[in-house]
Amino acid sequence: MTSTVAEKPTEDDTPRRRPLRLRLASANTLWISLVLLALIAVFAAINPGAVLTLFNLQTTLIETSVLLVLAVGMTFVIITSGIDLSVGSVLVFSGITSALVMNAMSPGGDSTGAGWGVITVGLLVALVSGAAWGLLNGILVAKAKIPPLIVTLGSFGAALGAGELLTGGSDVRTVPDALATTLGSGTSFGVVPNLVILAAVVTAVGAWLLGTTKFGRYTYAVGSNEVAARRTGIAVTRHLVLVYLLTGVLAGLAGFMSLAYFRTTTLTSHSTDNLNAIAGVVLGGTSLFGGVGSIIGTVVGVFIPAVLQKGFVIIGVNVYWQPIAVAIVLVAAVWFDQARRRARNSR
Amino acid sequence: MSSPLLQARSLVKHYGSVEALRGASFEVSAGEVVSLIGDNGAGKSTFIKCLSGAEQPDSGEILLGGEQVRLDSPTTARALGIETVYQDLAVAPDLDPAANLFLGRELKRRGLLGALGMLDKAEMRRRARAEFSRLGVNLQSLDVPIGALSGGQRQSVAVARSVVWASKVVFMDEPTAALGVVQRERVLDVIRKVRDQGIAVVLISHNMPEVLSVSDRVEVLRLGRRVARFKAAETSLEELVGAMTGALVQEDAA
Repeated sequence: MTSTVAEKPTEDDTPRRRPLRLRLASANTLWISLVLLALIAVFAAINPGAVLTLFNLQTTLIETSVLLVLAVGMTFVIITSGIDLSVGSVLVFSGITSALVMNAMSPGGDSTGAGWGVITVGLLVALVSGAAWGLLNGILVAKAKIPPLIVTLGSFGAALGAGELLTGGSDVRTVPDALATTLGSGTSFGVVPNLVILAAVVTAVGAWLLGTTKFGRYTYAVGSNEVAARRTGIAVTRHLVLVYLLTGVLAGLAGFMSLAYFRTTTLTSHSTDNLNAIAGVVLGGTSLFGGVGSIIGTVVGVFIPAVLQKGFVIIGVNVYWQPIAVAIVLVAAVWFDQARRRARNSR
Repeated sequence: MSSPLLQARSLVKHYGSVEALRGASFEVSAGEVVSLIGDNGAGKSTFIKCLSGAEQPDSGEILLGGEQVRLDSPTTARALGIETVYQDLAVAPDLDPAANLFLGRELKRRGLLGALGMLDKAEMRRRARAEFSRLGVNLQSLDVPIGALSGGQRQSVAVARSVVWASKVVFMDEPTAALGVVQRERVLDVIRKVRDQGIAVVLISHNMPEVLSVSDRVEVLRLGRRVARFKAAETSLEELVGAMTGALVQEDAA
């Protein structure tokens, strides 16, 4: 906290460019970033040869890309003091509708040789599928006033069930080669995986939207004090619907990315994506009580479980320790958040 | 007295079988502080809600500048220049004072970025600083979330937010209830400054010395009706309390 003291606000007339709020918010982010760096340093010290390799970096980033896209949407939802448990199922559902439509548009129902026209339609289908679930969540939460935990628990089950109905319970395994070799496993600039570039772009746009626009400001306001936001004339209901819609669209995009990477709809592999995304967001300093959070924190928060996983493999620790280690860091992060709130509200 | 800026005539409001307002009338002129007092259950809060658009009366009419208006929502009232300071839940504690001041009225950047929704934070902070100093709201820092400020400072920001945007009428529901002595005086100073700018201020308060010190007039509500009107300079604590409890009734008040 020494930096905060050193930068105590001065009472001059020129507005400071970076408000303390951001600096305080990023103080949480700062600590968790240090944790991440420390983890990497410890793993690197134990096994310097294996940790800092291009391959490790690439695989860690790729494996985190899809989750990061989910977590960006989740950050918005949690800042409104909501939650979205449905993201993993919506991801699967969107991948399925996308794959099925691409197959239906291809000769013999096999899209392996499909061109970019078909792939573009597939992308749109994935986004629209995600948007539909997001819209449904948003309307039930904001208009029908059903608690988000229940609404999205419902759509968590329903989206996966709907996907399984569409495929008869088995994965769709025909994915256009052109998609799999570019977005799925291709790289740009020699070494940067395309999947990672897409996730980075989504993250950057998300950070811009949350941090600098009216949409972002209202997201904080609704989460901070919904009644006050309503009283100042903010269309709270509409804003909440839009936030859940955004999260749904991002889950749809994540489904498309997952499809490109795995070349299958991975029906059974996303049942804990929602919890992983929430853990990443909360680790990154976003408060479950709403009103506080940042995308940059979410990026750091999402990488902590990923680095733990990778690091345990590399240094030869049983990987079953990973969820336990994540749980400890997660509970500690929420505990700090609550202590901070108590300190503030006691004034 | 000049012609009233905001006028309510015979408002009636039922909540089920409960009659909260039974033909209540009220008026306030520009550049005047009128206190609305009454015992608990007299209908003050309901009255203010009807006049600020939060509730709609079952019957009666509301006139602004002599013309009948329908205040179907707080947004409509605000668009007509009527702002309200609430006792509670008025601010977003995680946002800083400037963000709270401009909440719902954010300034955007010029050009393409503004069209995309990007905020002009620097300009909002500059103006917020100017408005706070104009209204005498002293904050050690404009950079902290408002939840980190003291209760009095939080309320000062809430008061400032309403008066900055009000062009005609400000309603204040117990704006000083949670404040210390010094902060209370500051808020009262703000009220006087606002009045001197020609805005009508309607104050609800249980604090009679405060009512007498800041108001130009006092209107008394009892059992959903106006029962008395006083000029603050010509009345006394005893008279106010008498009117509130029903011991004193003015025949022409309703």
